[in-house]
Amino acid sequence: MSEGKDLIRCDACPVLCRIRDGRAGACDRYANEAGTLVRLDPLLVAQRTLDQDGAMVPFLQSTDDWDGSLVAGAESFITGVGATTTYPDYKPAPFIVASKANGVDMITVVSEGIFSYCGLKVKIDTDRFLGDEQMAVRCEGEQVGHVSTAEYGSQMLALGGVRHLTGGSKKEGTVTCQAMLDLCQGKAVELTVDEGAGVFVQAGQAPIVDGVGEVAMRVGCGSATIGMFAPQWHGHADEVIVVDDHITGVLSEHQAGKFLGMPTAGIRVRGRRSTPGRYFQVAGHGDGWGGTDIHDPLTIVDRVEGKNAWPGLRLLMVSTTGEDSAYFVLDDDLTPQAAEMPEQLQIVVERIAENCEPALCSVLFMAGAGGSLRAGVTENPVRLTRSVRANVTRVSCGGAPVYIWPGGGITLMVDVTRMPAGSFGYVPTPALVAPIEFTLPLADYQAMGGYMDAVRSIDDVLAEGNAKSLPWRGENPWPLKPVLKPEGRQ
Amino acid sequence: MMGPQASRDEYGRLLLQHGPIDLIVEMYGDGVEVEKAYGQAQGFFQDVLDGLVGELAQLRRPVTAAYPMFQGKIAQRMARAVWPLRHDYITPMAAVAGAVADEVLAAAVRDRDLEKGYINNGGDIAVYLSPGSHLDAGVVADLPHGALSGGLSGKVRLAHDMGIRGIATSGWQGRSHSLGIADAVTVLAATAAQADAAATMIANRVNIDDPCIDRAAANSLDPDCDLGDRAVTVAVGELSEGARRSALLSGLDHARGLLAGGIIHGAMLSLGDQVATTGVTTMDDLDSREFLS
Repeated sequence: MSEGKDLIRCDACPVLCRIRDGRAGACDRYANEAGTLVRLDPLLVAQRTLDQDGAMVPFLQSTDDWDGSLVAGAESFITGVGATTTYPDYKPAPFIVASKANGVDMITVVSEGIFSYCGLKVKIDTDRFLGDEQMAVRCEGEQVGHVSTAEYGSQMLALGGVRHLTGGSKKEGTVTCQAMLDLCQGKAVELTVDEGAGVFVQAGQAPIVDGVGEVAMRVGCGSATIGMFAPQWHGHADEVIVVDDHITGVLSEHQAGKFLGMPTAGIRVRGRRSTPGRYFQVAGHGDGWGGTDIHDPLTIVDRVEGKNAWPGLRLLMVSTTGEDSAYFVLDDDLTPQAAEMPEQLQIVVERIAENCEPALCSVLFMAGAGGSLRAGVTENPVRLTRSVRANVTRVSCGGAPVYIWPGGGITLMVDVTRMPAGSFGYVPTPALVAPIEFTLPLADYQAMGGYMDAVRSIDDVLAEGNAKSLPWRGENPWPLKPVLKPEGRQ
Repeated sequence: MMGPQASRDEYGRLLLQHGPIDLIVEMYGDGVEVEKAYGQAQGFFQDVLDGLVGELAQLRRPVTAAYPMFQGKIAQRMARAVWPLRHDYITPMAAVAGAVADEVLAAAVRDRDLEKGYINNGGDIAVYLSPGSHLDAGVVADLPHGALSGGLSGKVRLAHDMGIRGIATSGWQGRSHSLGIADAVTVLAATAAQADAAATMIANRVNIDDPCIDRAAANSLDPDCDLGDRAVTVAVGELSEGARRSALLSGLDHARGLLAGGIIHGAMLSLGDQVATTGVTTMDDLDSREFLS
């Protein structure tokens, strides 16, 4: 903003400093350089170098011993981390950067978006009961989301969103914003579910449910477990019951047991039979075997039928993670008696555990970039949406790849663990601040009504000396690689 | 326009930033309590700058015979800190950094069970100590170079019983303009706001008339500066040893007056290779600089 001769007013914060030419504002972050407001904070620049075979590789394996200096000759991608935002929205984004990639002039529009319409999709790998679907998920007593669907071996939570950020009390909004920010920054957050469990959630780490650290995802439901391991039990047990909160499997009744020619063992479990050898609701939800509330597995045995069972029948009971197991032999009264588990069965129990993948919490940041943020990219915002739809514009967050939802707008999801540390911030609206970059060929940028006057070369941006380098993460695709236009699409 | 930002540094300390305010928050104690304290600090911080900006025009006015009345807690604390120093030209802004540190600290520790902690607002530090605990703080004698190189000239151990909960450092090359030529004046006081205001005033008095000192009207550099057209130091040339000694003693006299008045607990003043101290400083390991006493 101009404020007369050699004086500009900085609108980066509420202090609204008037800054003379050649001097910095009260924060030492913004300065007046010949009448232009410039930022003195470093931008994060992702860099990678060519290896001998011409493939792109991260230039350092470890970030620990890197001082953040820019590497000469490395290919660079300006991330939105530290880019700041513009206000009002229709001003061009803070950085519109041109660089060459594979001979094509590429434009990256770099910004930090303020996302008041954003949420987290959290996947918690556990069969332990967290709470019923739709129940409130709370942080510090405030509702920050709800229990969503249970998927295979995982419980989904939906956190944040505009209703909690701005639709409730001020405290609800503040706590929701903080919980989301913490989760996005990879910190542990304690959540509680109404009439359910308390869970510590941390992206990329195992969940801790009611104080118990989850170790493994179940290998499958009880029925699937029988399908996988039936031949390995055959000949060593007369019946195997795989206890599971969702579907408990009974080997001798199951198709897998029938196929192996196993006789019906006559040990009837509680619950509702779905199909032969598959039972729903054998017990309540809880922290016991296989996500049920039982700690003594025999409590799910309804009765032993004398017409089928026989003295000496060998019974294995095991949970779907192999964490819990017990071995019984029926006595002369057909009552199960605990016995030492034969080695062959022990091996298969351990194999179930071995086949369980590590239980983790995954945190996806989900936000709509379909609003006014687009006006910082082009004068005709809908063209950006169309360009993203047509796979011409690649969207990234701090250089990390994003998933763009089908349907209207630019609604994206990104795995927060693939973004640089410190990518997220917040504003008291409340809303989260996250980096976002739009990369597309220069010709397409011009065609969509881009701010060509604001385009600067990447060397020009880097030459300002206020950029900080971070090594490229090899698992992320290089954002400057042009997205090929699929045939038959505009 | 960016709102308040919160992040963590590589040591897990909470960093709060909004406009010109940069806070480093570190608490010691049970992990859950520490995290709760950080949450409280962050919550309180949301409205800090907006609150100050709302009364900024009045906060930039000099304190005269009438006690200045303010709405905000931080502004009220600033007024309390500068009131006993009003015999020289002073505005509440002389205590802004320390007052922000004090109030954010108060919000952080409220209802929490912590061992100790501090909030560093660009060198103005508010300290929390539970009974029996102590905190070691480094002291920089050469403000621009020490701050850049991390070089410390000494350290001060603050124990709970000493009643010192604020440390502030002022110098002509610091973030605010100074009328004086001190490289650094570090003050220990009951609050960070009090230390901040006193350090500013003592640093102003570390002064001498000398042609090799360049000065400029404060508002020619920064049109909104609360010092108006007062001459602030922009460059210090090669001063004679006698000139440096005179300047330092002038500041030391003022510091002693504030000590006698119970406004501060101690001060360390440095200029070039000379250092002067007064009051409770308990600064060990001061390097080989020449001491005045």
